[in-house]
Amino acid sequence: MKVPALAWGFVAPALLVIGVFFALPVMAGLALSFTDFDIYALADTHNLRFVGLDNYLRLLRTPLFWQALGNTLYFVVIGVPLSIGLSLGAALLLHARVARFTPFFRTALFAPVVTTLVAVAVVWRYLFQTRYGMVNHVLANFGIAPLDWLGDPHLAMPTIILLAVWKNFGYNMVIFLANLQAVPEEVYEAARIDGASTFQQLLYITLPILRPTLVLVGILTTAGYFQLFAEPYVMTQGGPLRSTVSVLYFMYEEGFKWWNFGTASTVAVLLFALMFAVTWTLMRVSRSESAA
Amino acid sequence: MLRMSGFTATLRILFGTVLILVGACSDSASQRQTLRFWAMGREGEVIAQLIPEFERRNPDLRVEVQQLPWTAAHEKLLTAFAADALPDLCQLGNTWIPELAALNALTALDPLVAKSKVVDAQDYFPGIWDTNVVDGHLHGIPWYVDTRVLFYRSDLLRKAGFERPPRSWAEWELALDAIKKEVGPARYAILLPLNEFEPLLALGLQQDDPLLSKDGQWGNFSGPGFRRALNFYAGMFRKGWAPAMNNSAISNVWTEFGRGYFSFYMSGPWNIEEFKRRLPAQHHGDWMTAPLPGPDGPGASTAGGSSLVIFRSSRRPQAAWRMIEYLSEPDTQVRFHALTGNLPPRRAPWRDKQLSHDIYAKAFREQLERARPTPKVPEWERIMSEMQLAAEQVVAGGISIDEATQSLDRRVDAILEKRRWMLARSRPQ
Repeated sequence: MKVPALAWGFVAPALLVIGVFFALPVMAGLALSFTDFDIYALADTHNLRFVGLDNYLRLLRTPLFWQALGNTLYFVVIGVPLSIGLSLGAALLLHARVARFTPFFRTALFAPVVTTLVAVAVVWRYLFQTRYGMVNHVLANFGIAPLDWLGDPHLAMPTIILLAVWKNFGYNMVIFLANLQAVPEEVYEAARIDGASTFQQLLYITLPILRPTLVLVGILTTAGYFQLFAEPYVMTQGGPLRSTVSVLYFMYEEGFKWWNFGTASTVAVLLFALMFAVTWTLMRVSRSESAA
Repeated sequence: MLRMSGFTATLRILFGTVLILVGACSDSASQRQTLRFWAMGREGEVIAQLIPEFERRNPDLRVEVQQLPWTAAHEKLLTAFAADALPDLCQLGNTWIPELAALNALTALDPLVAKSKVVDAQDYFPGIWDTNVVDGHLHGIPWYVDTRVLFYRSDLLRKAGFERPPRSWAEWELALDAIKKEVGPARYAILLPLNEFEPLLALGLQQDDPLLSKDGQWGNFSGPGFRRALNFYAGMFRKGWAPAMNNSAISNVWTEFGRGYFSFYMSGPWNIEEFKRRLPAQHHGDWMTAPLPGPDGPGASTAGGSSLVIFRSSRRPQAAWRMIEYLSEPDTQVRFHALTGNLPPRRAPWRDKQLSHDIYAKAFREQLERARPTPKVPEWERIMSEMQLAAEQVVAGGISIDEATQSLDRRVDAILEKRRWMLARSRPQ
């Protein structure tokens, strides 16, 4: 069917805005990734070289890029299940019939989501301070020697994961809670009459009903966690020994600290490809499962 | 058609009004030129107190200061350059000068200095002056300096058996060892935060080998000079004199210094005021500053600080130069020191009793004669972050010095690839 010209007129403003503020910058970014645009090129465009796929090949040989990728995957693989598990657990607890003071706890658990990360980071840096921090102080009561949470390359990323999970789980919790509250009580009643235990009710009723939400939340959280940046930026500046450099942080350094926009764009394209592949796979898997 | 002309008419009226308004503004301002000045951090705050005197002497000029936070300044400068919105003059960290000179954004000041009665190149500390000279042209006038010296606990040093601060590496090692034995396992002799590059840089600058070779085209970190510096630096950690931590693990340097958690600390002029103000009262007489010990006798240190530059895009370079001359006058510099604690880059203001009587500033005065510039390449800041990573790898990652410096040179050579290409192109063989 031929779209009438009038229809194009209606969508034109939106298309124009998307074109100017989204499509154009994306194309420009892609184009930049084939050049070595940097501070010298900013001075004089004669200093700009078209390098083809060199940026990509060079990046794939850069150990720090692989380290950043490894750190990001570590963050995603541990952080996403932990975050969703915690959200789900908290939502189930809040929804339980025996729960008291639900409005208070709901607000309290959601509060980290709406607090400013920079302010939170200041408090967390105090909590995890090696010599005077409260965390080490509490651990000392159990006879555990002080840990250098943010200064030890093996502990810095777990600390960042802890911060990110604590900061974000409330958001998914609210989504789960809304979904749980929409489940008609009759379903559970029927199950109880059939003799289903609480655990069986969770396994065979609650989780299947939450499935679409779980898939949605899983995909959104994964996509969000791949874009890890602010937490290491405010807590560790990528250190110690680059153990908290994420792909996005690496891109930020290349682009806005060292002004190598060519390399930074290349990182952006690679990160996009990776996230696209992961999200696509997740959607395929969830779709084929629901079809089965 | 009718509506269109109505619209055009409205536009004309609006435009006319704007023109009249603009005309009125420029009319009243025609006698006074506005000079746009960007200043950063603390200097941006106090500069306002120095401007009335300048405006009194130059009734035809009005100075408009914009204050930038240091953390955003670099980005703002580069975006302003790209947008052609740079001010007339600006305070610039002197390590940024090579970068803005590469952008061809800075006015060469050599002819202005040659005619000036105020700015006398001979009066400036040579290492500081040199940081402003890129490819044979002077691009900035030093405003204040920042070099690193030793802050030390004189009481703890005396307790360990030393009456005066160390002057050479050998003496320094003896003192560090004695202090560490004195204070025990829970405390340290020196604090070298692993995420600060300045201490290692200062040790590297003390060597005869340059840090970059062949006109800043290749890294020279695996050369004997830097290896010696890194070995000395890493040795302080290996022997347990320095704790392997970055400065986020030290919650408060002044409190810890007061508690004797460490006895030596390499730092800059701003800490004179901080230590005076923040140390507990009972320790007020227990600290002093000393020039940096070198491999054999008093050594060099860094030549940091800020310079004043005029951007090439400025339409009022002569007026901007008058401002620079005013800020460079010894009297203004003494006032500036009183306001900020910043140290003057030239010798004349140091003869004022405010500075010559300051016992803590004495070490800086001596050190400034031995301040050395870093290689003047735009990529320097990035190279420094790679250097500190190499140091961290040696200290906390268990990598050998040879391996770390060779890998550092490879990374530095890769960073400098574009520079080599540009130099090769501009000088055809």
